[in-house]
Amino acid sequence: MTLRRKYEEKFFRGLSFLFTALIVFVLFQIIWTIAKKGIPSLSWQIISQEPKGGFYFGKEGGILNAIAGSFYLAVCSTILAFVISLPVALFMNIYLIRYQRLLIGIRFFLDVLWGVPSIVYGAFGFTLLMYFGYRNSLGAGIITVASMITPIMIRAMDEVLKTIPIGLQEASYALGSTKTETAYKIFFREALPGFATAILLAFGRGIGDAASVLFTAGYTDYIPHSFSEPTATLPLAIFFQLSSPIEEVQNRAYAASVILTLIVLVLSISARLLKLKK
Amino acid sequence: MLSTVETRKETNVNFEVIHGGNPVVEIDKLNVYSKGQHILKDISTIIPKNKITVLLGPSGCGKTTLLKCLNRLTDLYADIKVTGSILIDGEDVFDARKDITAIRQKMGLLLQRPYPLPMSIYDNIAYGLKLKGIRNKKIISEKVEKHLKEVALWQEVKDRLKTSAQRLSIGQQQRLCLARGLAVEPEIILADEPSSALDPISSRVIEEEFIKLKSDYTIILVTHILRQAKRLADHVIFMYYGEIVESGSAAQIFEDPKSEILKEYLRVGH
Repeated sequence: MTLRRKYEEKFFRGLSFLFTALIVFVLFQIIWTIAKKGIPSLSWQIISQEPKGGFYFGKEGGILNAIAGSFYLAVCSTILAFVISLPVALFMNIYLIRYQRLLIGIRFFLDVLWGVPSIVYGAFGFTLLMYFGYRNSLGAGIITVASMITPIMIRAMDEVLKTIPIGLQEASYALGSTKTETAYKIFFREALPGFATAILLAFGRGIGDAASVLFTAGYTDYIPHSFSEPTATLPLAIFFQLSSPIEEVQNRAYAASVILTLIVLVLSISARLLKLKK
Repeated sequence: MLSTVETRKETNVNFEVIHGGNPVVEIDKLNVYSKGQHILKDISTIIPKNKITVLLGPSGCGKTTLLKCLNRLTDLYADIKVTGSILIDGEDVFDARKDITAIRQKMGLLLQRPYPLPMSIYDNIAYGLKLKGIRNKKIISEKVEKHLKEVALWQEVKDRLKTSAQRLSIGQQQRLCLARGLAVEPEIILADEPSSALDPISSRVIEEEFIKLKSDYTIILVTHILRQAKRLADHVIFMYYGEIVESGSAAQIFEDPKSEILKEYLRVGH
């Protein structure tokens, strides 16, 4: 090996190592910052109570309204998105398998939708809301978040279905299955472990997004009891409390961040475990 | 080109004499095009009942495509255009009015690699039965046992029928796929190099199965392994670049090849 190639090798290996270390460092820094500021403010009160009078000036109460609201919103919109995504992803990979050029087009559009900023979905949802004459509500938030995460879920499912070998499809047809039977009895089962990741990806985006719910779900100090009531969400709870000049309130924003991070982390790990068990 | 056509006519006449007619599959002027390429060129031939017909030829000559035309799996592929006709028991496979699932159930398929369905060993076989409308659990259980015995798999799996089929060894999976195909009671078994991914012992088991099965089924086997063809074939169709170069009884093809290409293939293949 010439000296030049030797140094080249060393240089690029060093560079890769450096940037990898940097990324890991930043990740830990984020978690550390949130934990350091958030954990001291984390208490049973904060996760078990709704805001009381004077809460936003640092007095009694908690963010149960946002925890419950985010949970309702993310779970319902994930279910809604799943119900829409599953037939679309299966349709693409079973019925449209012959039309590869059309599929390229569809995938392109879905990828564009994936990349559309969430505030645009928020604005879209808001327009829809105004048009139908509704006000900010859990239902409107669910629809907006669902339309934001559906393209993500479809594409993630699509990537899983794409990896299923054509031989399995041939085997299924050869036994006399119709396309629908092949889709829901064979492909669905084969792809189920991969779908868990797709669902989680969409859920994570849904629960963590602030902009899409800002105009559509609104904000309230109460836990919603129906789809027509407005709801608080964790990202907005963080946003509002962090904008406060009072330090105690700011620290609660970090506590809310810890909760949000924990929810996503726990779900992520349990989905991995589920996949491993399979 | 001209000589090929003549050879074919000639062998078909011989074929009628030898097998006494009674074809299950009649292919007439079959042409397949894909992305501007002419993959199968004017294929006309007949496949005799209860015999092992081997589609022989080098890789890329169109054997697999021909096989997949028979149960119209060509539907799955983009940009494939098929013209001509294939009659199975007198029914045209390409007739859009015909129920393709029923036609496909006349043919069991065995691919190069086994693709067990993502369910238990038991359900892999029960699946096809349920599609045929059999709901009686007792009948299903009996059939599962019968067909697993038929492929010599019963002893190995009888205690774990409810476990995932994907945990079996690849040789067991291939035998399961054969059993699964037999359970829907096909007339024809389509096999696309079924032992190419298997160890010698498993592939021997599959070959022995074929010899046992041919009294009840018509078997169409794609292979490029000359020795396997010689062990199994009753009837041989030799293909080269999308055309049938020669076809006839095994003895005729292996002992008295007419065309230079086949002679060359038989010489090099040893």
